[in-house]
Amino acid sequence: MVELIFYGIVLGSIISLGAIGLSLVYGILRFANFAHGDLMSVGAYTALFLVTGFLAWIGVSDATFGPLSFGWRMLIAFPVSMLAVAGVAILLDRVLYRKLRAKKSGPVIFAMSSLGAAFILRMIILIFWGADSLFYRPGMLRPAYELPLGVKIRPDQVFIIILVCVLMTTLHLFLQKTKMGKAMRATSDNIELARVSGIDTERIIIWTWGIGGALAAAGGILYGVDVQLHPYMGWNFLIPLFAATILGSIGNIYGAMVGGFIIGVAQQVSTAFLMPTYKPAVAFTIMIVILLIRPKGIFGGSER
Amino acid sequence: MIILEATVITAGYSKLDILKEVGIRVRDGEIVSIIGPNGAGKSTLLKTIFGLLKPRHGRVMLQNRDITGWSPDKIVKEGISYVPQVDNIFTSLTIEENLEMGAFIRRDDFSGRLAEIYDLFPMLAERKKQKAGQLSGGQRQMVAMGRALMLDPQVLLLDEPSAGLAPNLAAMIFDKIKAINKTGVSMIIVEQNAREALKMAHHGYVLAMGKNVLDDSGKALLTNKEVGKLYLGG
Ligand SMILES: Nc1ncnc2c1ncn2[C@@H]1O[C@H](COP(=O)(O)OP(=O)(O)OP(=O)(O)O)[C@@H](O)[C@H]1O
Ligand SMILES: [Mg+2]
Repeated sequence: MVELIFYGIVLGSIISLGAIGLSLVYGILRFANFAHGDLMSVGAYTALFLVTGFLAWIGVSDATFGPLSFGWRMLIAFPVSMLAVAGVAILLDRVLYRKLRAKKSGPVIFAMSSLGAAFILRMIILIFWGADSLFYRPGMLRPAYELPLGVKIRPDQVFIIILVCVLMTTLHLFLQKTKMGKAMRATSDNIELARVSGIDTERIIIWTWGIGGALAAAGGILYGVDVQLHPYMGWNFLIPLFAATILGSIGNIYGAMVGGFIIGVAQQVSTAFLMPTYKPAVAFTIMIVILLIRPKGIFGGSER
Repeated sequence: MIILEATVITAGYSKLDILKEVGIRVRDGEIVSIIGPNGAGKSTLLKTIFGLLKPRHGRVMLQNRDITGWSPDKIVKEGISYVPQVDNIFTSLTIEENLEMGAFIRRDDFSGRLAEIYDLFPMLAERKKQKAGQLSGGQRQMVAMGRALMLDPQVLLLDEPSAGLAPNLAAMIFDKIKAINKTGVSMIIVEQNAREALKMAHHGYVLAMGKNVLDDSGKALLTNKEVGKLYLGG
């Protein structure tokens, strides 16, 4: 059980990274981006390309760090992929969503367009990498530490949790302390008033997509490190992402962080009672229950 | 000297014209009050001046510049600030952050201006770390005005600053408005509280059904029989 909770925290930290971006974008643009999960996949596969392709080709060492399953290649690929996916997300906004905003399209049009974008991103991955599961280091044995109570923990997983905490703290400081971060919160709170105050909301929107995309990439890569890569990985994350976002009150990024951990733990713990294939159903059930009994989520409804 | 002038403004939200050939003029340092029944188009006029609505006809001139059809973010840089009638604060931000957002486009050090705003509204200084959403109506109005003043505007547009406030709080807000005006800020104020609005106004306009009905000095309108009967409660 302790082991399942720990695995749940690992999974939850990955879900949180995706949910934050979903929530950020919703907070400012009031639209549910169904392509967000696939941005996670794009991040994972960008890193795969760098690790097994480009960085190998330019001769970066293949050695791993101590007990971890990755080395310098991944350490370089990680931030580069975050930047790349930030770029993809911003590009998607510029060529697609911004046009819809300009036309004042309704929520259904936005939902359909983001589904289309999700599909295109996934097809690109399928074309280049095929439909099989892949690993950053195929055949790598991943040793685990045995802790008391028979709990097995892999060093990679500890690394993942620490890294996610660092990313979240950085985001928190950005939002609370910097001028751009505060303007992002202000725009999310009241975009009309932000415009009235002279804030360039289009620039805020670009930042929002960039941060959301970068965090999605981080989540996708870490899932690839922890489990495996698959073209449908991000798409399969979509329900847990929405469940976490809604649980934490949509638009509230701190809620999304907490929601992500709750969903991750719930999903993993459920495998003690249910077949692992029911994991998505667990997230879906939590989402439906929240929507029925507390549609504003656990952090909603106190302000405004 | 005329600082702001809107002439023969015709504007609306869709096909329908809400404002029909409305004009208003603000001299440097003046308080101009606009009164009129609900739905007269008072808020619509402020939105049009501030560029939130593009007029179908007419002109908005700031000093000698034609700012007709400019976007709000450009107009704000030219020295007009606007406090909307509703949703005029960032509820999830602290008081201080609300004021900082008012100064978002400033690249210089605005700590001096921040101190001036706190001098004007000492109540805000005591609670600067508090979420604006937790404040009472009067305090919210102060935050909203404070935000708009951060850019040190030449002209301030206020839409119903006393709406929903108890009489003593409304009186306090009117005192603050006079104090702001004394520092040289010209203002257009839309008010339901017509008597108080005309008392402090150098000039007043009566708007009804999207048209200019009357305009005169504040004093003259206060003693005008017609205005008294219709808007000042007899
Ligand atoms: N966003 C909008 N879209 C469409 N019509 C609007 C909008 N806002 C106001 N109107 C209409 O425009 C007309 C004038 O409204 P406006 O808000 O300017 O009146 P007002 O004089 O400010 O009234 P109040 O004293 O109630 O604030 C009204 O008939 C109103 O229904
Ligand atoms: Mg109004």
